[in-house]
Amino acid sequence: MDVRLTAEQRQLRDAAARLASDLGPGSVLDLDDRHRIARLEKAVEATGWRNLRSDGASGVEVALVVEEFGRGLVDVPFLGPVLADDLRRQVGSTVPAATIAVGSSARDAHGMRHALTLDGDRVLSTEVGPRAPGADLTRHNAALRDASEPIGTLPPELAERWRVLALVATCADLVGTARGAHTLARDHAKIREQYGRTIGSYQAVAHLLAEGLALIEGSVSVLRHAAWAVDELTPAEALRAARIAKLYCARAARTVCETAVQVHGGIGNTWECLAHVHLRRALVSTELFPVRLEEIDCGLS
Amino acid sequence: MDFRDSPEEAAFRDRLRDWLAERAGTFPTSGDEYWARQGEWHRALHAAGFFGLSWPERYGGHELPPVYDVILDEELARAGTPPRPSLGYLVQGLGRHGGEELCRRFLPGMIDGTERWCQGFSEPGAGSDLASLTTTATRDGDAYVVQGHKIWTSYSDVADWCLLLARTDPDVPRHKGISAFVVSMHQPGIEQRPLKMMSGVTKEFGQVLFDGARVPADQMVGAPGEGWALAMTVVGHEREPATLGFSARYGKLVRQLAARTKGSAPPPELAWAAVEAEMLRLHVRRRLSEQLDGVSHGPEGSLDKLLMTWAEQAVGHAALAVGGTEDPELLNAYLYSRAQSVMGGTSQIQKNIIASRILGLGD
Repeated sequence: MDVRLTAEQRQLRDAAARLASDLGPGSVLDLDDRHRIARLEKAVEATGWRNLRSDGASGVEVALVVEEFGRGLVDVPFLGPVLADDLRRQVGSTVPAATIAVGSSARDAHGMRHALTLDGDRVLSTEVGPRAPGADLTRHNAALRDASEPIGTLPPELAERWRVLALVATCADLVGTARGAHTLARDHAKIREQYGRTIGSYQAVAHLLAEGLALIEGSVSVLRHAAWAVDELTPAEALRAARIAKLYCARAARTVCETAVQVHGGIGNTWECLAHVHLRRALVSTELFPVRLEEIDCGLS
Repeated sequence: MDFRDSPEEAAFRDRLRDWLAERAGTFPTSGDEYWARQGEWHRALHAAGFFGLSWPERYGGHELPPVYDVILDEELARAGTPPRPSLGYLVQGLGRHGGEELCRRFLPGMIDGTERWCQGFSEPGAGSDLASLTTTATRDGDAYVVQGHKIWTSYSDVADWCLLLARTDPDVPRHKGISAFVVSMHQPGIEQRPLKMMSGVTKEFGQVLFDGARVPADQMVGAPGEGWALAMTVVGHEREPATLGFSARYGKLVRQLAARTKGSAPPPELAWAAVEAEMLRLHVRRRLSEQLDGVSHGPEGSLDKLLMTWAEQAVGHAALAVGGTEDPELLNAYLYSRAQSVMGGTSQIQKNIIASRILGLGD
């Protein structure tokens, strides 16, 4: 047993972290900066990471990039396209500019022309329509046009694995956005002063942030296992690992993001504070491929 | 990255499984019966080559990577035998801070279970604030004379030796005046008072009153004033889920609870406990792997302790949800779980350590 990241995986993570830090939004105002978004889009496209699975990457590598992009609130499509790529490669399709859709809604759809869904074992492609409302300020939803076209069929085992990969990708986004929110709150607690001292020096505030860090560490541990399981365990085992990870990461991310709002005080409840951008992203990633407590197998091995 | 056993690890697991299969059900696993026969279990494990796995061979260990302890813990839980005796923090404390002579004299007996140990750190007036301890050791010829009152001294009533912290110099700043000793528990001047915990267990914790007990000067661990460094090593390891090996126990209790709810929907507390127990199992694996890079035991141990506490208390709540107050064993599992946020450093102290030493939040 050795569950360390390889040197290549660490390099990939660091490169994704740098890209997200350099070009992701540093403020709520930045969300409207079209020039920044264009530069970010160009940079992400140039990495080729949207085709990670086609290039033979494991679930672990996909999760590392998704996590760093979540941390940096990367606001061009990634999670959708990287999942669509995995469907496309398996059915040998070349549908361009594809993201995924859930129900009648394309997700992570900014600038995307097609949305793929897995319906049972059938992969369907639908044209993406106009932008639709959504809580997430960093990833857009879009309507779907009427006619969807079947582009292939997956063997049941591969369909199951894709669902696991999708769950794991949302877990990774949750861990990332929680880490970003936590850093935002910690940095604020170090400079904001009340009663003549930084608020982080008060136990009442410090303990919230300490709990948040522990939740993040636990999340990373379940995420790593679930991401590894995508390719290495049976689909049933991998699904069990992903469900556990999803429940843990979702609960942790909501708590950490709520803490970030609280630590920012009044400002944390305003539109201008990035805390709610993290919180919204976490809530949307929780609802995307949701898991309920009733689905947990308590007789786990 | 691989969460599976290597071929060597799998072979070890198989050997262990065979050995355990012959002993299932022969040792009590909880309550006072467990504590009463813990020493016997310890010696049996060691004699079969399954204890002290990651410790030095010259002291009776096997010098295997720490992951073998995880395999041991998992298989003990699976077989329904008692858990691995928790000694790692004492071995680390003595091994890192004691000289070669003390280690050679005391570690083999500690590891093989022929000599039993307790830890004399906490006092009625020195809990979280351990450095305020007032037990004194005063030089008298070639010995020290000990006066003071220790509490939460695990297994003190059956111990042969006590790893004791006492103040040897009252005139220096308080962290610097503390020394550590190996004190014989078989001598006049030592009075034992058992503590009955709220779960009813009486054999785990005790109070020890030292009134004129003597310890030879050459049984001081390290130099005068180095007791605080030893204390930090010991409490650091006392916080570690990997050292303690508790995570496998939580998984086991979750499975037992699940078996009792078969046929009806498990309560949400149980499902959440399953998630927490699995989280801790995986977290321990990640931490042990990080140790392969030489990452040492720092303040991160406090994160692990918090995660372990949350897992144990989630399992405690699940036991209560399944058994209510009607089932004495499950009620005791719940009551016992409340101690986890106190023992080995309270959750509040862990959060202080995380905040100041990892997050850099301070004045």
